[in-house]
Amino acid sequence: MDRYAWRRLRNSIVITLSIGATALGLGWLILILGSLVYEGLSGLSLAVFTQMTPPPGADGGLLNPIIGSLILTVLAILIGTPIGMLAGTYMAEYGKFAKLTVVVRFINDILLSAPSIVVGLFVYEILVAPMGHFSGWAGAVALALIVIPVVVRTTEDMLSLVPKELRESATALGLPLAHVIRYVSYRAALAGIITGVLLAVARISGETAPLLFTALNNQFFSTNLNAPISSLPVVIFQFALSPYEDWQKLAWIGALIITFAVLALSITARALSASRKSP
Amino acid sequence: MVDMALSANAEASAAAMSRTKVLGRLRARDLVFRHLTRAAAILVLIILSGVIIALIEGSLPALQAFGFDFLLEERWNPVTEKFGALAPIYGTLVTSFIAMLIAVPLGLLIALFLTELCPMWLRRPIGIAIELLAGIPSIIYGIWGLFVFAPFLQRTLQPVLIDWFENVPILSSLFEGPPYGIGILTASLILAIMVLPFVTSISRDVFEAVPPVLKEAAYGVGCTTWEVLRHVVLPYARVGVVGGVMLSLGRALGETMAVTFVIGNAHKVSASILAPGTTISATIANEFTEAVGDLYTSSLIALGLILFVITFIVLAAARLLLLRLEKRVG
Repeated sequence: MDRYAWRRLRNSIVITLSIGATALGLGWLILILGSLVYEGLSGLSLAVFTQMTPPPGADGGLLNPIIGSLILTVLAILIGTPIGMLAGTYMAEYGKFAKLTVVVRFINDILLSAPSIVVGLFVYEILVAPMGHFSGWAGAVALALIVIPVVVRTTEDMLSLVPKELRESATALGLPLAHVIRYVSYRAALAGIITGVLLAVARISGETAPLLFTALNNQFFSTNLNAPISSLPVVIFQFALSPYEDWQKLAWIGALIITFAVLALSITARALSASRKSP
Repeated sequence: MVDMALSANAEASAAAMSRTKVLGRLRARDLVFRHLTRAAAILVLIILSGVIIALIEGSLPALQAFGFDFLLEERWNPVTEKFGALAPIYGTLVTSFIAMLIAVPLGLLIALFLTELCPMWLRRPIGIAIELLAGIPSIIYGIWGLFVFAPFLQRTLQPVLIDWFENVPILSSLFEGPPYGIGILTASLILAIMVLPFVTSISRDVFEAVPPVLKEAAYGVGCTTWEVLRHVVLPYARVGVVGGVMLSLGRALGETMAVTFVIGNAHKVSASILAPGTTISATIANEFTEAVGDLYTSSLIALGLILFVITFIVLAAARLLLLRLEKRVG
């Protein structure tokens, strides 16, 4: 084989592999979503949303974990978003060139990818152990600790994208920086920041590891945040590993609900950020 | 100036007074807001140091009881309260290593497809689809791995691997034992799928940052796509790719739920990658709520500390590499 043919051959091999790899990646997505729909859709009914988690062998739904997950997610966002936005604001506006910003950015990026189970251990140490019992508050704090880095990152990025001419013209009118930030920077960056919060919601609604030993689980309907509270991911974990078939079935249904909620959230977030970029 | 000109006028001077008042109030608010944001930024630092301090404090009893042996012992016996972290550490490193071995070439190939081969109108949809893989929660990979993927491997891939390598000297011990379905290999494969989108999206971003002029010049002298990738894109994007790979490695090391489902939770270091094992995160997830006794709990927290230190080093190195890259580009 001459040199030219060998080069062509090697090139086509790589191109084939490359297309194959992409097909494999897409195939896997379809495979996972497909088996979720296959296993979960048949059991999806109104009862899932109106009944409690059952003891093995009885009929039931996922009402208490769904409510629990909603409460935990909302609380975590309420705690995490203001802190994250303020920190991001400092990094992009007041302390753009401060040493603190460089350090916080570095640490924040590490927290962004840090193992979530370690966050669970941390909250166990500072909240659950001193209080002496598992609680919904501990779960919400654990999730908030995962929200913060995501919101810090997007707030800083989005505020940095706001053209500095906008800020300069507002400053030239004599507005103090706090007003410039509130009435100019935040408004210009709003869509981006909302995208970040949506991504954070998507991230925490599937998080299981930090809830295992903070919020624990609750077989009964409870909205008491001082007591253990049920959540969808933890119930999936418990039911899927149980030997009872009807529990496993419920785990699949729960998995289907979470996945499509999360995917809908991240697609919405993407659509939001795309519509902002294109005009 | 206007204020000064009008200052003779009594009414205007009252206006000027209230004006300084308003200005003062605005300044005060600005100061408050500035310190509030600064406090929030400092809080991020406090969280990190809090995590480290809490983990060290929690793991002190175990570290005092076992000393350095904690890292080297394979035993894990809640009854006699003798604990060692070797099996989870080994499992964590091996599963992540195999996962990266699979995910990195695949991710680079997909990035190549997305930047060089794919028709323009397909790039965005395919890119988003791959990134959706990253959006699927870890527990979904777990339940899918346990009920769909593991039985599939048990029937197909694992018996084939055992047959193939039965008589090959060294590899035979690597693929030894009955096909359980769950085990180190299954966990590694699941991890590979999970980190694939991270490798892909970072590689794609650094590939796209290669100046088109360089690529066009290479195509212009007759290079094939592969040669452009090998001799132009990869050398230029090297630092970024390595950074991205390490970032993904950090994710793989700390991944919990998916691994917990399929690893088998056996505190044992086995040569065979078909055997069940355990990882740091899986051990914590499985045993923490059931841990009785201070030493048991403390040993699990010590495992968490080890995991955090390992991932911290890997992630910090990755960030430093990527920072260097940003400086070069910017």
